[in-house]
Amino acid sequence: MFEQIEGSRAVAKAVALCRPEVVCAYPISPQTHIVEALAEMVSSGVLSPCEFINVESEFAALSVAIGASATGARSYTATASQGLLYMAEAVFNAAGLGLPIVMTVANRALGAPINIWNDHSDAMALRDAGWIQLFAEDNQEAVDLHIQAFRLGEELSLPVMVCMDGFILTHAVERVDLPTQAQVDAYLPPYSPRQVLDPAEPVSIGAMVGPEAFMEVKYLAHAKQMEALRLIPQYAEEFRAIFGRPSGGLAHAYRTEEASTIVVAMGSVMGTIKDVIDEMREAGHAIGALGITLFRPFPTAAIVAALRGARRVVVLEKSLAVGLGGILATNVRMALAALPIDVYTVIAGLGGRAITKRSLHALFRRAEKNDLDSLTFLDLDERLVARQLAREKERRKSGPVAENLLRDVGVIAARNY
Amino acid sequence: MHEQPIKFYQTGTFTVGNRLLPPEQRTVQSRIKRYNSLNSGHRACQGCGEALGARYCVDAAMEAANGRLIAANATGCLEVFSTPYPETSWQLPWIHSLFGNTAAVATGIAAALKVKRAKGERRHIRVIAQGGDGGTTDIGFACLSGMFERNDDVLYICYDNGGYMNTGVQRSSATPPAARTATTPSLEGALGNAFGQGKFLPEIALAHGIPFVATATVADLHDLEAKVRRAMEFHGARYLHVLVPCPLGWGFPSHETIKMARLAKESGIFPVFAAESGEVVASAPIRRKVPVEDYLRPQKRFAHLFSPTLNLAALARLQELADRNIRKYRLLPETL
Repeated sequence: MFEQIEGSRAVAKAVALCRPEVVCAYPISPQTHIVEALAEMVSSGVLSPCEFINVESEFAALSVAIGASATGARSYTATASQGLLYMAEAVFNAAGLGLPIVMTVANRALGAPINIWNDHSDAMALRDAGWIQLFAEDNQEAVDLHIQAFRLGEELSLPVMVCMDGFILTHAVERVDLPTQAQVDAYLPPYSPRQVLDPAEPVSIGAMVGPEAFMEVKYLAHAKQMEALRLIPQYAEEFRAIFGRPSGGLAHAYRTEEASTIVVAMGSVMGTIKDVIDEMREAGHAIGALGITLFRPFPTAAIVAALRGARRVVVLEKSLAVGLGGILATNVRMALAALPIDVYTVIAGLGGRAITKRSLHALFRRAEKNDLDSLTFLDLDERLVARQLAREKERRKSGPVAENLLRDVGVIAARNY
Repeated sequence: MHEQPIKFYQTGTFTVGNRLLPPEQRTVQSRIKRYNSLNSGHRACQGCGEALGARYCVDAAMEAANGRLIAANATGCLEVFSTPYPETSWQLPWIHSLFGNTAAVATGIAAALKVKRAKGERRHIRVIAQGGDGGTTDIGFACLSGMFERNDDVLYICYDNGGYMNTGVQRSSATPPAARTATTPSLEGALGNAFGQGKFLPEIALAHGIPFVATATVADLHDLEAKVRRAMEFHGARYLHVLVPCPLGWGFPSHETIKMARLAKESGIFPVFAAESGEVVASAPIRRKVPVEDYLRPQKRFAHLFSPTLNLAALARLQELADRNIRKYRLLPETL
């Protein structure tokens, strides 16, 4: 049923339709509206029986989910940014224990400087923790991916992170087709755990493992993730059959036919990119895009298949590996290593910096002329950077960087430009 | 006082006191019905107080729960010595997640069980969580306090041996003042762990107003079992803090574990009491008071207080701490 609804509330409704048994949460923007809506549903009895637990930290949130999941309960939590880092130890632990917890990450920048706006630094920081990572392009996909996440995670006994851009998606009100309970029940079987804490059949979970078996445990975790590459297209197909719309999958190609330039990105920025590509196609440019839905496991074969016809690839990403460059770009480069394709890394939108059509038009045109450095920071205010560097050269005690820059900019809050 | 109440106890041994009880109340090492939740064959050190404490606590909890019990365990000696994969000493469903999240994991288990019970998928099952003093008073403290304030239906048991023994005897916030550890050395006349630091977690647990808080030692296993049984009569958050001497970390012969625990209690340095809903309801009285020096002297971690010179000032301060406990918890008849 179509509803004009905020992304967070739509996701909360989708999660509730999956009948979670334990939901735990600690407030952090921009994830809060999701768990607030779930709290309302548990409190009013719409979602029942379900335990909603207000914990004292994100570390506790995921730990509660670990205990609940190991007891055989379908468990869900949501977080963002610093919260994801604060629970990092438990993030690795949930994956190592093979517990199919589903967690929404409302993607947000990492401090310092503290910043509540969107980029992908949080999810990227934990990309190798052993979780399946899905990135939603819009709120419809965010809804659909959550339903698929429970199915996938529980089949493989792996936790799944559903990443959606903070504010841009979580707080956007748009038209979303919300599934019915009957559809979700038909798609998502009850959770049947491979391991469960049960006095009738006592097991020890989380024992110490030495060199004699540790490698094998880790190898199996990798092998299971790779299994997701086979299951995800299958589950996306079954999803289409029941819900009547395509959603999910490994990656989405957009107008890549005959494209000599292909832009690769993840998340909501695909919307802007597609608009720019439509306009450039109209003007005769051979350009297309590839939106990556699944980041872990990395769908190497699908990406190679989608990009192999291109002469150049522009990877536009909202994260930065300080001291290296791109993270998504590094992964894409690895996938394309055997092919004669130029790969450009573009770091964009950090800390909520708007990624505008105007900037993208200029960027893509430069790429077409091979006029891009291998690493570009989109819309970087170079004068601002130069002033700070000069200040540091001039004086040893030059003061805190962020505060200096803000003084130069002359504003104390982010603005749109 | 015109009449002297008769007390059945014998100092020095435990078994005689036990024998004076009716058979059904006695604490026994082994019997056919015993659950042996922490089974033999584990790798604890000789004389390990924690292994002894855990064996009695978990079995008492198992009995109270009719065998329907799940345990969450913090990283630490207890977790390591009981489970090198693929061996496990645990005869009950048991999970180890991390060092600092045990209380939260237990909360999750309890929450899941509540839902499963509401759905008719599971019978009534109880939950315990356990950890050492480092995993409880330091790194696990936030999760524990959260579990307390939400009054989650978990019995948390802390086995306090006064330091991080698993990693080689470092200081924790439960290390007593003046004790030497690997990170509070006593070289060159230094005191060891400082006075005026550390925390006594049972009092913090009390401040949460949870249904049941108690302390116990492995010197009185009968009292320990009774406290576990009492704790299991309540629902909500419960806390049991058990003093478990560590021959390795404290530096005493492994056959003196029980003696060390008894001296801690009889000197007053470790008060044994029970509290319900935030109020102390019972204290285990000191039977024959000993100076705190008697407790300290046999332990190598306090050797620097006695040699090369006697540190009278430090001993006096430690005696003061014991005397304060005696007054506060009314551990002697004259303080009643």
